[in-house]
Amino acid sequence: MTTSTKKPRVSVHKFASCSGCQLAFINMGENLIKLTELVDIVHFAEAGPLGPDDEVDISFIEGSITTPHDVERLEKIREKSTFVITVGACATSGGIQALKNNADSDVWMRSIYAKPEYISSLSTSAAIKNHVKVDFELWGCPVDVKQMLAVVRQLLYGVAPLDINEKVCQECKRKNTVCIMVTKGEPCMGPVTRTGCGALCPSFGAPCYACYGPAENSNVKLLGERFIGLGLDQNVVKRKFLSIHNATPAFAEAKLLWSDTEGAQQ
Amino acid sequence: MGSLVDLKKRTVCQAETKMKGNPYIPMSATIVERIEETPNIFTWKLKLDDEQQRKDYRFKCGQFNMVYLFGIGEVAISIMGSEGDSFLHTIQAVGRVTNAMSKLQPGDHVAIRGPYGIGWPMMESKSRDLVFITGGLGCAPAVSAIREAIKNRDEYGRLVIMQTVLHRHDMLWEPQYDEWRKVRSTQVLLASDRDKTAWPNWKKGRVGALFREAKFDINHCTVMCCGPHPMMTGTSRTLVDMGVKEDDIYLSLERNMQCALGHCGHCQMDEAFVCKDGPVFTYKRIKDVLERRGF
Amino acid sequence: MAVQFLAPESLQNLLTVLEASGYQVMGPQLSEGAIVYDHINDVADLPRGIETLQKPGSYKLQQTSSTRFFNWANGPAALKPLLYKARQALWSCEQVAQAVNGGFVFKDLVPQAVPTAVIGVRPCDIAAMLIQDEHFIQSEYCDPYYKAERDALFTVAVNCSSCAETCFCASTGDGPSLDDGYDLLMDELDSGFLIRAGSTKGEQVLKKLPVTAASEDLTAMAAEQSAHAAEKQKRYLLDENMHANLFSQLDNRRWHDIAERCLSCGNCTSVCPTCFCHRETEQAELDGQSTRHFREWSSCFNADHSVMHGHSLRDSSELRYRQWMLHKLGSWIYQYGRSGCVGCGRCIAWCPAGIDFPAEANAISGEVELWEA
Repeated sequence: MTTSTKKPRVSVHKFASCSGCQLAFINMGENLIKLTELVDIVHFAEAGPLGPDDEVDISFIEGSITTPHDVERLEKIREKSTFVITVGACATSGGIQALKNNADSDVWMRSIYAKPEYISSLSTSAAIKNHVKVDFELWGCPVDVKQMLAVVRQLLYGVAPLDINEKVCQECKRKNTVCIMVTKGEPCMGPVTRTGCGALCPSFGAPCYACYGPAENSNVKLLGERFIGLGLDQNVVKRKFLSIHNATPAFAEAKLLWSDTEGAQQ
Repeated sequence: MGSLVDLKKRTVCQAETKMKGNPYIPMSATIVERIEETPNIFTWKLKLDDEQQRKDYRFKCGQFNMVYLFGIGEVAISIMGSEGDSFLHTIQAVGRVTNAMSKLQPGDHVAIRGPYGIGWPMMESKSRDLVFITGGLGCAPAVSAIREAIKNRDEYGRLVIMQTVLHRHDMLWEPQYDEWRKVRSTQVLLASDRDKTAWPNWKKGRVGALFREAKFDINHCTVMCCGPHPMMTGTSRTLVDMGVKEDDIYLSLERNMQCALGHCGHCQMDEAFVCKDGPVFTYKRIKDVLERRGF
Repeated sequence: MAVQFLAPESLQNLLTVLEASGYQVMGPQLSEGAIVYDHINDVADLPRGIETLQKPGSYKLQQTSSTRFFNWANGPAALKPLLYKARQALWSCEQVAQAVNGGFVFKDLVPQAVPTAVIGVRPCDIAAMLIQDEHFIQSEYCDPYYKAERDALFTVAVNCSSCAETCFCASTGDGPSLDDGYDLLMDELDSGFLIRAGSTKGEQVLKKLPVTAASEDLTAMAAEQSAHAAEKQKRYLLDENMHANLFSQLDNRRWHDIAERCLSCGNCTSVCPTCFCHRETEQAELDGQSTRHFREWSSCFNADHSVMHGHSLRDSSELRYRQWMLHKLGSWIYQYGRSGCVGCGRCIAWCPAGIDFPAEANAISGEVELWEA
């Protein structure tokens, strides 16, 4: 891309999501202006430009796939894009809404909507990679704009983005934040969670809740047992994993590990 | 592995602490020429941009440079040779950085730090038979040593050059090997593992297929070997079975290198920092960890 | 200069003299439930009477009736973050059209280090600093970033009079009292401080303090206090040189058992005062014209630590834990002439999973009898 005189074309697409990641994109401030000097944003409905069917170099995709129409639209986007990057928890792992994958969605639909027959929806919420090839994943709920810009920068240099999948703990230590699990017994998800947020929550004294999803080589079983040792109920432990990234294989293990207490699961 | 002898050697090294400026800062260089060897292997001829740096730059066969891609980072690449005040790197586009490097063209800039590491034992091997055993692109680190030996042909005994590839079309620089074949007391033995065609001058199979024809004095030889791990361990064991001494077998290793100064810790194999204690090791020194998982 | 006596009420003078000598002064303080080194100018900010209760995976502070300033064992961070920065900009680079042949211009980012005096340094942390000195300064290539900070550092060490349950410095020979490596060294007694200089810089500061010659009774009392602290340590390392032991046990089943309890989170390596592994990273400006090159603490518990051509040589916690222990207690001896463990016990307390490093090392070496947890 560096050799091309034409500006790379970028689109931002949305599926089932809260739009928070797109908002993070819009909120990047001065860099957004710099970015528009470097790339042509051809589609970004939340910010204005519309061109959903245009051919692009990079597509950023927010949201998970929950309807038959989503599937069609996604396949078109993939065809028209050289590089597909998922942005945020929903697109990358299916999001909090993937909790419905464990429930009977017909029952829910009938109990909530007066006329469920008007709703055309899949029984699952799936990550983008479950349907099409994804070239790079940006985790987080929402994503971190610095990470997003670093990815764009690397692509502009013609280099595949670097993926760092270490645990949040290491960023905590680099920031000299005192471990709240060791000093206060807080059930912090840092030891199984992918870095990228800059260890934000622990630096404010709050335990990490794994919004960046599982890190590489995560020992879910051990951390869950440790939480139980700290006095947490099995169900609470299970829900800590079956949250924003419940559909990731690593965290989904929690369903099997702590399943039989107190009946109801959700 | 490791012994008090190594400790003493290190003390000597420490006495000669290298103090020339900040060793972390790269030197700007220009790609003078780019040769496409195969669709994913290319050779760069690089020239340092600063005249003084160009004058001061010296390397030994088997050493490597850290090559820097602007805005991205550095990768360790062995030095294949030199031409005048330029030097050569043959690079396989296998990772994110080398893939991007393959797109650079003559006139583009990179930067380098180096040379680093302990190279091949050229001085120590005077008057001995030299046996080069390489596999795949593993030949690149050895090519500089072969050239050095041929340049100073009279200082060494017999030369045996063995190169193995999967297919003949993976072979780089075959014409050069044909030239080497003409040098006095020099054997060039080539093998391909998966070719169906019987090419003239080529054997079928792996290194083992070549040993039967190789003629060298097992008691007075230096083996320089470079290639995939299993190939190096297999070859070393075969050589030892033939009667070659473990400390006459030299292997050039690859590890994750980031600083190349022995600081970052990534390239450690037990007590050795591959970047500064290697990348060339005797089989004797490295064998205990070479064959173990996780080192 | 012989051992001197400094009255407790004169401790403030130490801070004042250090400041007057041009140092920013850092000292132990309470923060976020732990003892951390931070800027200090008043002895009232010292953690007086505080003790640390440390157990595998747990660190708690406790107020006691003691009037001592340094009655605690240690906090999460040693001197390491002050000398070997968690994230250090190494250099910046610009593409400049007018540069020599249009190449890159590099700018050295070695810091102008601020002269810093740290009071209340524990003996184990001085020992660790000496090890890192050897790694970064006395190695084949001197690291100018570390050296700049190190040259600007003044240490006021305090021998430990009370140890935490996780301490085992007596068995590694790095505490609870110190022989060398400090600028000033103190023993804290109920009646005041014994203080001595260990460097010319230290002597210059000591000269300006209101000290008197220390009596033999007091020095004997200090020695006894240290000996008592050492005796109370129940954790120990079986052998200072574990290379042969561990290397003969590469396939020991226990590595697998540890892996089941290990989070592979790298907290142990981060708090370890001698661990030096780091990765190099690059951060380019969005416009693509300039860039900065960094190094940041990394860990042998990360996949990228041993990655080659996209594959991690150590793809499991089993191999990663083995690497960390074998290096720390084994390979280190061939690299630096001693083990890389100074017995500070941080890897035990700050391990969220509570893995007991010396217990595991001893167990793999065949010592099954463990201390009461």
